[in-house]
Amino acid sequence: MIPALIFIISFLTLLQFFVSYSRSLIAASRLHDLSEQAREICGFTPRTVTGSHFPRLLQLIALCPETGGDSFQVRVVDLYFRLLGLARVSTSWAIPAAKPWIEAERGGCAYAAAVLLDRRITYNRMMIAQQSGH
Amino acid sequence: MLGPVDYIIWMLVTLADGFCLACILKKKALFQHFTVALFLSASIAVSVGRYLVILTAGFNSHAYFYFYYYSDAVLTICLFFVLMGFYGHVFSQLGVNNQVRGGAMLLLGVTALISYHMVASSSDRLITKFAYELSQNLYFVGVVLTYLLWGAMMKLHENRTRLMQLVLGLGVFFSAFAGSYALRNLYPNLAIWQYFIHVMALWLPVSWAYTFARVTEDARTETARVIAPTAQ
Repeated sequence: MIPALIFIISFLTLLQFFVSYSRSLIAASRLHDLSEQAREICGFTPRTVTGSHFPRLLQLIALCPETGGDSFQVRVVDLYFRLLGLARVSTSWAIPAAKPWIEAERGGCAYAAAVLLDRRITYNRMMIAQQSGH
Repeated sequence: MLGPVDYIIWMLVTLADGFCLACILKKKALFQHFTVALFLSASIAVSVGRYLVILTAGFNSHAYFYFYYYSDAVLTICLFFVLMGFYGHVFSQLGVNNQVRGGAMLLLGVTALISYHMVASSSDRLITKFAYELSQNLYFVGVVLTYLLWGAMMKLHENRTRLMQLVLGLGVFFSAFAGSYALRNLYPNLAIWQYFIHVMALWLPVSWAYTFARVTEDARTETARVIAPTAQ
């Protein structure tokens, strides 16, 4: 009985801590303005970003070489996005009011991915410019 | 017997601990987060110690069994010191951090006593069972204390991004381990949990290393952005 209770409580707190952790990573991305070039590549503005952009952004991130250990953030945001997808499917019939919030969160994930892509592009351009300078 | 996957994960965890320690030193955060550095150093020492015990006594030996669970309990107690350090950061401005730390240490002592009582009153009276029971209970107390700390941070509108991410990372770790131990109590023959626990051990040093490397000390995040839904 006690292990079952510990498991249930731990599972619920795990979800809450993970959601808050992911949101803190995404919140930090929101302070960053996307460059004009990144907007062109992504095909959206901060106001029009939706969760549907996320898979394509993830593919673009995978194509772009990593900048100083940001792959951890990519993985966390990707996991959070998948979790939201699961929540969208499982709560659509039970809590319809949650749908706009879930969509907004998925949009936040897409924006965070766009910021990561933007940073990678900027970093790689800088590296190429440095190499060509030598 | 440990397979190649176990050894690889084990090595990765030790390297991640070392990398996180290096990040703390590089960012000159050793004095501010001394307990985190202490935990990481203890974790590296325990990893090396476990490997040496396997080499000398073997994986299936009693010596390794004892060493594993007692070192796990020591590491969990180190994590409590980390948690106390975080409490100290959050409550430093209110001037009540000594009382909070005292209360948490009392809770730690009570948990150890209860765990000992639970095992001593059982029929087999195995001392290793005490270490296992202690770890399981400490992880759960860790979940509760981290949850209380997070609640206090929200209430006080704590906006230091680095502290937020360190506490949340610890919360994820404690919750995952407490849940895993409880599930292993319910289903002892599930082999998948062995790998799950090893992979989850990577979470803490990797998430902390990310925070120390990428989040500056003066970075701030609005509390509302982390806890409440945001409109696009």
